[in-house]
Amino acid sequence: MAEYEAVIGLEVHVELATTTKLFCGCPNEFGSEPNTNVCPICLGLPGSLPVLNRRVVEYALRLGEAMHFDVPSESIFHRKNYFYPDMPKDYQVSQYDHPICVEGWMEIDGTRIRIERAHMEEDTGKTQHIGGGGRIHDASHSLVDYNRAGVPLMEIVSHPDIRSAEQARAYVSELRGVLQAIGVSDVKMEEGSMRVDANVSIRPVGTGELGTKVEVKNMNSLRSLGRAIDYEIARQIAAVESGDRIVQETRGWDEAAGVSQGMRSKEGSNDYRYFPEPDLVPVAPSDEMRAEARAAVPELPAAHRTRLVAEWGVADQDARVLVDNPALAAYADQAMAVGAPGKDVANWCTGEILGFLNESGLSPEVLPLAPDGLAELIGLVADGTLSRSLAKDVLDECLREPKRPKQVVAERGLAQVSDEAELAAIVDEVLVANGDAVEEYRVGDEKVRGKKRGFIFGQVMRATDRKANAAMVNQLLDERLS
Amino acid sequence: MTARAIADAVRVGERSARSVVDEHLAAIEAREPELHAFNLVMGDSARATADAVDAAVARGEDPGPLAGVPVALKDNLCTRGVPTTCSSRILEGWEPPYTATVVQRVLDAGGIPIGKTNLDEFAMGSSTENSAFGATRNPHDPSRVPGGSSGGSAAAVAAGFAPLALGSDTGGSIRQPAALCGVVGVKPTYGRVSRYGLIAFASSLDQIGPFAGTVDDAALLLETIWGHDPLDSTSIGSPPAPLGDVPDVSGLRIGIVEELTDVDGIQPEVRAAVERAAAGLESAGAHVERVKVPSCVYGLSAYYLIAPAEASSNLARYDGVRYGLRVDGADVAEMNAKTRAAGFGAEVKRRIMLGTYALSAGYYDAYYGQAQKVRTVIIRDFARAYESFDVLLSPTAPTTAFELGAKTEDPLAMYLSDVCTIPTNLAGHAAITVPFGTGAFDLPVGVQVLAPALGEPDMFRVARAIEGLAP
Repeated sequence: MAEYEAVIGLEVHVELATTTKLFCGCPNEFGSEPNTNVCPICLGLPGSLPVLNRRVVEYALRLGEAMHFDVPSESIFHRKNYFYPDMPKDYQVSQYDHPICVEGWMEIDGTRIRIERAHMEEDTGKTQHIGGGGRIHDASHSLVDYNRAGVPLMEIVSHPDIRSAEQARAYVSELRGVLQAIGVSDVKMEEGSMRVDANVSIRPVGTGELGTKVEVKNMNSLRSLGRAIDYEIARQIAAVESGDRIVQETRGWDEAAGVSQGMRSKEGSNDYRYFPEPDLVPVAPSDEMRAEARAAVPELPAAHRTRLVAEWGVADQDARVLVDNPALAAYADQAMAVGAPGKDVANWCTGEILGFLNESGLSPEVLPLAPDGLAELIGLVADGTLSRSLAKDVLDECLREPKRPKQVVAERGLAQVSDEAELAAIVDEVLVANGDAVEEYRVGDEKVRGKKRGFIFGQVMRATDRKANAAMVNQLLDERLS
Repeated sequence: MTARAIADAVRVGERSARSVVDEHLAAIEAREPELHAFNLVMGDSARATADAVDAAVARGEDPGPLAGVPVALKDNLCTRGVPTTCSSRILEGWEPPYTATVVQRVLDAGGIPIGKTNLDEFAMGSSTENSAFGATRNPHDPSRVPGGSSGGSAAAVAAGFAPLALGSDTGGSIRQPAALCGVVGVKPTYGRVSRYGLIAFASSLDQIGPFAGTVDDAALLLETIWGHDPLDSTSIGSPPAPLGDVPDVSGLRIGIVEELTDVDGIQPEVRAAVERAAAGLESAGAHVERVKVPSCVYGLSAYYLIAPAEASSNLARYDGVRYGLRVDGADVAEMNAKTRAAGFGAEVKRRIMLGTYALSAGYYDAYYGQAQKVRTVIIRDFARAYESFDVLLSPTAPTTAFELGAKTEDPLAMYLSDVCTIPTNLAGHAAITVPFGTGAFDLPVGVQVLAPALGEPDMFRVARAIEGLAP
């Protein structure tokens, strides 16, 4: 059996988080009453004309800067002509052979993925089919909501440089991080503000040419993207192995069933009859706009991870988790900035704090515990005031109520017992009270000794309401049990 | 009475706007049944607007330079709450929820919209016979066409229904009917007048402009409507230079465009009028010479690829989903098809098919792409001519008004009516037609003055001079 490799290119549509739509002043808002965010322009009423939203160009320039694109001196809009009820003009204003961003790249785990282009275009409305279980063929009628019509999109098209589902996921994840960092989109796949289509083909390892590609659509999460691609690769290999030819088609991914199905092709292949949009002038960003865009690009995820690892000693995995949560990363950055060791900050942030955020649905900015409060907590552990275990309790309280860690320690009398004489007395009491365990420890093998030692340690902590300085307890036990 | 004289009188309270409107409504009542210049006469709203103008004058306010002047509006200009049809069944009954920029500017200047004028459906035609609501007739001879597509606006001014009218000119749709009806018509520089609210035919060629009885009145209306509009991205940002009021042409260099004057089928009287106007301008101190603009001869062919291509896309939205006519079908595609089959007339369908074909995969380069190249060459040839000349001269239309039905069976013969006007649209330049005597059957003849982009001031000087020279 031949070895195959997958050749994957991704087309990502991202809704830009502008205040208003691409060509009119209507609000760009998700979830409004149907057909309330509309005007003569986004409804394509006769006689209306588009005017390009400057902010969209700014966002495109930021994207260009962040992803190493060339931004030619001029780009132009084209009309993509086809009939569809949720498209008010029956053409989509998009960019065709002169897009705003050309030939960029992103590095994914050391591999450079080339990106062919990124262009601006308008979104369509949404059609809802009534009756017949919501499927168009059985519906009695359909309703169209034009609130989304004219919402600005960027379409980002990679070269077929991706070789696995895992790499595809990493690419989309990194892209999402970049878009979030430069502040141009909410990038929520589940809400449809980021939509990913995959072009997948296979070829025997070692051959250069491209196989027949199949487009897979309808993946609404990173997980479903990975599953859909793996499924498609397996499907194509099975087909080729059994002597079938791959048919160029578009397939829809069914997440619940875990399979994809060929989508009914519209009569014949579409001829979109692209031609330059005469109602708009060429987009020619000024040097000032370009400079502003450059200045507006903050530290990007890759650089951020590198910095956390190199400068703050944060573990690779923690750095990734932090950077994937930009608000949390900013929180951690602030804690480090006031002097807390990066490793400890990362531990707390990716552990207890992230857990609390996920559970509560809150964002780090609104936590009662400010970043310098976390730094204070870390300091209390470092100077021996709190055991790690008690520190968790203190943190838990500080995440729910506006109290400083030192205040909680004082209120609850939690300060760690570090007085050697006091601890020695307690340890001795515990040893006496647990003579059996001590005996078993002395005669036991390595495994038994570890177990008994842990038990005795636990008893000491229990006797001190967990306030005992763990390091000192260990030292005292070492002396007495040897 | 000119529009300027009416406005002057109304502004100082010598005449009431209401009396002006009533007088024009009476003229409409008398002859409109015979001519059918209007799709809709806005009698009540015109009277109400006039009363508001009079009230403003009574309060000591100045209603503006068009105070009390009735203005007829081509029925492809959106008027909030007033039906706007493009003379098409597909838009019958549709009331726009917004007002075109030019109409708003007329209102803001104290002008009074008096009705929506008939046109060839979606401005596609040269005789106003392609209207779904019946043809308009030429006031000089009702057996003849007024030209088109803005035939209703031209006829309205010629018949005294309104001193001023607005039209749109994509390949000659203001100038050709103005010439055939014996009035002044202006196609301004592309981008000089906002297209916001003009229902598009061919967006890269469409331009709104004035009709008037005199060159001065045309200037008055143009100066009211032009200037930058943030709602139209193609509208020119720089403020327009004033048009002035002098007919002085001494020292101006004027070229007679050979390719537009020696066209096939030109009536001798038409050519004679251009030569006579040229001779007059020369005696008034201008330098006049013949000039070649060779690529002009390809203008018609290029135009009939570019305009239909853009139209095929602009008219896609009339699909029965959101507004206008809907003819139900078994599914959306059938509903679209039935609606469009029932709603569009033959000429509109012909151009949608032409344009769709010209843009299709495999044909784009040969048709649309090639036509755009021709357009570039025409612009270059004109630029060369304007190195030696300030303005150019030509006939406006090859013939005087023809009889109804004379060309309806032969689209190509009809298309040739615009052979002299099309190059200006392709170049994005300005042109004006001025009545200059009569030709065959004692019908009006127009002489066209062409100017480069933003060349309106020189163009109007020459137009005023020609008006003074006219027999």
